[in-house]
Amino acid sequence: MANPMRIRAAVKDGFTEVRVLMSHVMETGQRKDSSGALVPAHFITELTAKHNDKVVLLAQFGPSVSTNPYLSFKFQGGAKGDKIVVSWVDNKGDSRSDEALIA
Amino acid sequence: MDHKRRDTLKAGGGLGIFGLLVAAGLIKPELAEAAWNKSAFEAKNLESALAALGAGKPGDSAEVQLNTPDIAENGAVVPVGVVSKLPNTEQIAILIEKNPNLLAAKFEIPAGTAAEVQTRVKMGQTSDIYAVVKADGKFYVTKKEVKVTLGGCGG
Repeated sequence: MANPMRIRAAVKDGFTEVRVLMSHVMETGQRKDSSGALVPAHFITELTAKHNDKVVLLAQFGPSVSTNPYLSFKFQGGAKGDKIVVSWVDNKGDSRSDEALIA
Repeated sequence: MDHKRRDTLKAGGGLGIFGLLVAAGLIKPELAEAAWNKSAFEAKNLESALAALGAGKPGDSAEVQLNTPDIAENGAVVPVGVVSKLPNTEQIAILIEKNPNLLAAKFEIPAGTAAEVQTRVKMGQTSDIYAVVKADGKFYVTKKEVKVTLGGCGG
C-alpha cells in the first residue's frame, strides 16, 4: 500500500481549489536499473476526485506524469468542512483513497 | 489508528472490486467512461494520439492557454498548467511530442469544475507540449515548446 496522499482544499471566490500530492514511483518502463534490466512500468492510471458524493474531476495518467504526481484543480461551490475524496488506481491494480476537509 | 487503517483498506478494496466490475463491462456509470484509454496512452506519434483521443485534426485556439516554463532545468519535473476559456470544456489532454508515449494525462471536466488544471510531467528532451481541449464536442489545440537542459528519463 502506497503512502497517503496530501490533499489540501480551500474555498476562494466561490471556487474550491484542490491540491493533491500523491506518493507514487511513476516508473515509465523505459528506465534501466544498474544491471541493465528494464524496470517494469508502474504508474497511476486513473484518478477520481469527489466533493461529498459528486465527481468533480476524473483523470487518466500515462507514465509521463512525474514521480509523486501533483495535481491541482478548481470547482464551483464547496463549503468549509465539506469532504473531498481522492482515489487512484495504478497499472498493477494497487489503489489508494484519501480524504480531506475543505479548510 | 488501527481503525483508520482498516477503513482505508476497506475503501481500497471496494475500489478494486468496482474496477473489476467496470473492466468486466457489468456496470457503466460515469466512472466507466474513464476506463483507461490504452490506445491513446500507447500512441507513439501525434497523429495516432489525436486519433485515439477522437480529436482528429483539432483547430488552433487562443482560448486555450498552456502555462509551462520556457526552459525546464529538470526534465523529471516540468510544471504544466492548462486553462481553457472555451465554454463547455469537457476534456483536457496534455501531450508531449518527443516523449516515447505522447499522452501524459487526460482530464474529464464535469459541469461545475473549472477548465483549469495543473500537474507536473516528465520530459526526455526539448519538445513541444500540446494541450488538446474538447469543448462543446469540438477539439482545440495549443502548443508551446519547452527546452529541457537535463532529461527526465536518464535516471
